[in-house]
Amino acid sequence: MNQTFIALLSGLLFGLGLGLSQMIDRQRVLGFLDVTGTWDPTLLFVLGGAVAVTAVAFRFVLRLPHPIFAKTFRLPTKPDIDAPLLAGAALFGIGWGISGYCPGPGIVALVLVSWQPLVFVAALVVGMATYQGYQSATRASK
Amino acid sequence: MAEFYWIPALAGGLLIGVSATMLLVFNGRIAGISGIVSGSLGWAADRQWRRLFVVGMVLGGVFYEYGLAVSPTPQPMAGVWPMVLGGFLVGFGTRLGNGCTSGHGVCGLGRLSVRSLAAVVTFLSTAMVTVYITRHVLTLG
Repeated sequence: MNQTFIALLSGLLFGLGLGLSQMIDRQRVLGFLDVTGTWDPTLLFVLGGAVAVTAVAFRFVLRLPHPIFAKTFRLPTKPDIDAPLLAGAALFGIGWGISGYCPGPGIVALVLVSWQPLVFVAALVVGMATYQGYQSATRASK
Repeated sequence: MAEFYWIPALAGGLLIGVSATMLLVFNGRIAGISGIVSGSLGWAADRQWRRLFVVGMVLGGVFYEYGLAVSPTPQPMAGVWPMVLGGFLVGFGTRLGNGCTSGHGVCGLGRLSVRSLAAVVTFLSTAMVTVYITRHVLTLG
């Protein structure tokens, strides 16, 4: 019960933050990525502000024996920089540059009631499902 | 561009940082949107909290756009193909690379993860090159 409330509240703050910071406006994001055009630094303040909080807070949080409402911290365990990481990040960047949306802003932009985010999110889900299928296929062939 | 554009940007960024910290300190989870969304679609056993997080995100967006926003968020025109192709690549790429701007960016950089730093440098680079090509080489707007 407590954990579900936190998930909802944390999602709400996240969505509010993406709205307030104008990341749901594709033009802002594309303006940041357009380094040879009229560069828009907005995204730098958003990412900078967010990382400033996590870089300080996570240090203290991760010293706790366990999370307040859960038994363990569920952190990524892969330490190495491997080919799937770089290939995946590269593909994600291309998609981000084409659409102007990364997953968070794409979903929150659904509230703008326009077809662009709707098509983006539908294609996002198809892309995720395709990866899931690709992964089960490669696992089965091993 | 408005002179004080950076104030809401910074405030929004701080809220995102607080949200990620809350999820970690209470639930022990990383606020990576691509992972949360993918896990909410029915493959993960613990999809309930992920679905609630996504519902919360949309509620936060509604609260901003129809409550706080001084003017409606602009919706620049875009063709259908950039959305289809972009969405697909973002979906596939973030699963292959285990994260997006939030998981690798906000949380990974916060944990001082070298793996996440490599991902962030990679996706920022390919995104900037892509925008350079679409805007300045192909001049698609």
